[in-house]
Amino acid sequence: MKPAAFDYVRAESLDEALDVLRNERGDARIIAGGQSLMPMLNMRLARPRVLVDIMRLEALRKIEPRQGRIAIGAAVRQTELLEWPSLGRELKLLSLALPWTGHVQTRSRGTICGSIAHADPSAEMPLTLLALGGEIVLRSAKKQRRVAARDFFLGVMATARNDDELIEAVEFPVSNGRRCAFREVARRHGDFAIVACAAVATERGVRLAVGGVADMPVAREFEALKGTALDDALNAFAWDLDARDDFHATARYRRDLVRMIGRELIAEVTP
Amino acid sequence: MTRFSADQRHRIRFTLNGGTIDRACEPRMLLADFIRHEIGATGTHVGCEHGVCGACTVEIDGKPARACLTLAVQVEGCEIKTVESLADKQGRLGVLQSAFRRNHALQCGFCTAGILMSLDALFARHPEANEAEIRDLLTGHLCRCTGYAPIVRAALEAAAELRGETKREAVDA
Repeated sequence: MKPAAFDYVRAESLDEALDVLRNERGDARIIAGGQSLMPMLNMRLARPRVLVDIMRLEALRKIEPRQGRIAIGAAVRQTELLEWPSLGRELKLLSLALPWTGHVQTRSRGTICGSIAHADPSAEMPLTLLALGGEIVLRSAKKQRRVAARDFFLGVMATARNDDELIEAVEFPVSNGRRCAFREVARRHGDFAIVACAAVATERGVRLAVGGVADMPVAREFEALKGTALDDALNAFAWDLDARDDFHATARYRRDLVRMIGRELIAEVTP
Repeated sequence: MTRFSADQRHRIRFTLNGGTIDRACEPRMLLADFIRHEIGATGTHVGCEHGVCGACTVEIDGKPARACLTLAVQVEGCEIKTVESLADKQGRLGVLQSAFRRNHALQCGFCTAGILMSLDALFARHPEANEAEIRDLLTGHLCRCTGYAPIVRAALEAAAELRGETKREAVDA
């Protein structure tokens, strides 16, 4: 339960961090808040040769509005976003979901971008980014590129990020008064979600995103359905997620939760 | 760029309970182990070592954090506070500790140091914290003895005392 040996780099500029990623190829990992990576290191599920600490980079420590979006830099801790005075107005869904992300004691260190980079299938931050249709800004020594959340999450802790890239920021579309809702079922508040759901009102209906069931968060559009038609659509969604039994819950229980919470959230965000 | 090689010890400096720490360690050393084994301050306990149990919780720059999910090299220049800071120089228990003792808020005591540090950080910023906020904070800790009810009671009592609503004489540890 102790990490294997690694070199530690305290980056003083973004370029330094990117150079290390390029030179080490797949053997370097970025450490930000460390609340997902440190357990992996302690259990030796990850054994990088080099850790690159980016938390001293002021340039990554920003929450800034950008044309209808809020960009959250890689060094912004979860607590910092939760305490951001405009959160409830600009990013309503995050104000609902963040209190479910870990505990006070992990949010104080953990970052928003770190949770998205880690891509745990039951994590709240990937789920909300997907539900809102956000983007990930990736940066390597050579270039910057943007990937939509729906193309970023590829499987359990697998993403479209290349070995020489780091997440520079993530961008969440602002709420703009759109209705949204979030609900989660876990064994204990702050534990990994058995099922977590986020719903966002769209022009034609509701986008419902589900975490904790498939290998990655999954979103589907529900357009102005009511009664049994909506029940049928939710049932089809619940089955398409291909739930599995594990030690927290059965597949059947997960499908039940998707149908039940999905129905409640869609009602909540539909005027 | 600062690069610390894996197989050597490197100088790190931070503040622990108001005193200066200037020592060396390998990059992979956890803050929890550094505090216990290098400094010898064994009040901070180590339970699960993957961030679940909360026993190792300390304050880093005033915020409660897992010392098992933090590397010693990450806290360069930070202010760390551990349970050793709660009693005064004469060894009299602090307000929180006294309330825990009065309310039987511990039995084996393994989880207690971490819970005290979470509550200490909470009350320093927000002494009006209500029961719901205290319970939310406690979800980050596992206690297998008390059933939490006496811990909540002790926390509420300590908060009232810290707000100056009640006054009690300090007791010896």
